[in-house]
Amino acid sequence: MAGDQVTLLDFWASPFGMRVRIALAEKGVKYEYSEQDLRNKSALLLQMNPVHKKIPVLVHNGKPVCESLIIVQYIDEVWKDKAPLLPSDPYQRAQSRFWADFVDKKIYDLSRKIWTTKGEDLEAAKKDFIDCLKLLEGELGDKPYFGGETIGYVDIAFVPFYVWFHAYETVGNFKVEAECPKLIAYCKRCLQKESVSKSLQDPQKVYDFVVMLRKNFGIE
Amino acid sequence: MANTEQVKLLGFWVSPFVRRVEWALKLKGVDYEYIEEDIFNKTSLLMELNPVHKKVPVLVHGQKAIAESFVILEFIDETWKQCPLMPQDPYERAMTRFWTKFAEEKIFYAAWNALCSLGEEKEKAIKLTVEAIEKIEEELKGKQFFGGESIGYLDIAIGWMSYWLPVWEEVGSMKIVDPLQFPATNSWMNKFLKHPMIKENLPPRDEMIIYFQNRSKELASKPHEWFRTP
Repeated sequence: MAGDQVTLLDFWASPFGMRVRIALAEKGVKYEYSEQDLRNKSALLLQMNPVHKKIPVLVHNGKPVCESLIIVQYIDEVWKDKAPLLPSDPYQRAQSRFWADFVDKKIYDLSRKIWTTKGEDLEAAKKDFIDCLKLLEGELGDKPYFGGETIGYVDIAFVPFYVWFHAYETVGNFKVEAECPKLIAYCKRCLQKESVSKSLQDPQKVYDFVVMLRKNFGIE
Repeated sequence: MANTEQVKLLGFWVSPFVRRVEWALKLKGVDYEYIEEDIFNKTSLLMELNPVHKKVPVLVHGQKAIAESFVILEFIDETWKQCPLMPQDPYERAMTRFWTKFAEEKIFYAAWNALCSLGEEKEKAIKLTVEAIEKIEEELKGKQFFGGESIGYLDIAIGWMSYWLPVWEEVGSMKIVDPLQFPATNSWMNKFLKHPMIKENLPPRDEMIIYFQNRSKELASKPHEWFRTP
């Protein structure tokens, strides 16, 4: 759509921001990337997301859209002529929304527990996390992507967390691949797509960031 | 084809998540069979239809089972096109989804936490709920309903406030939706409750009071792992 002004307020390590980057890349949308300092929030961020003061925020022709999955759905509905992210059948769409919601409810909270807790809490978090990944692995089945032959809404919701796995595995002392080899193979397959590889961060950089966060929070 | 397949809804009488699905079905004039599920004694049917979360509501359409109330609402809206609930414009749709999520995380769970906790934790939860309702009050200014002139998706998503919240206020001896502080919200709550499809579809208030009195006492004595922090 010629004449569109699209800006993404984001933070480099955020898996939620990565979701939006992938969606924009899939649709071939030209946009301005605006890195935000979350410890010193800009007037722009506070103006565009006064309710939550969080990233990502997509600003489209001056109007802000907040919350990553809501942004991804918005992108899918506005730039609808290319690379549909949700299926067209209502039941298939419901399934996609269900699993993206599952990723939101479970993966982020559980993974956060892995790098912010110790001892028994950490062990419990690791077990719950692996259980959730196994459920996702089951849902993926033999499909190349959750979206079928091409990446879709659920892939976009989930795959950014992959670059955080190295950090979780190192601080939590476990390996996702040992428990969910098919899921890891799937993640690597996603990374072969340019829209994904260009949007995701280097796992080593993410790990260094998590180490710094843990120091700041006083976790050993 | 979609309109001739049988519709069933697995629910629990006092669940606001189930009721919002019923409101959507009723508004669209969709016939369905309601199946009551005792969530404290879950059946194999529920485990089979919602193996991931094992919760109600679950909508069954023909052979298909759909779980999670907001996922179900969008499915209903896309399958039965009469009386559209979501707006057409993508930006309006994004705003609807945004406020739906906000209300669920910041009003519903905060109010529930306030009901089921004591002392300082309770006071803090009440304060957070009130702050969240301030934002909703702003959204309602100048409108009959969130959907404009008629009930829409957001009204159904937040409709629990009109009936469950006053019950929680009574059970928990809390003042949250003060009519003086929130005139637009209170006006909307009254209008919503008067809608024929809504007022015929509410659980009995006296039974709700007893249920929530028992439930809140039980949960107040447990550590709060069950509360999902947004």
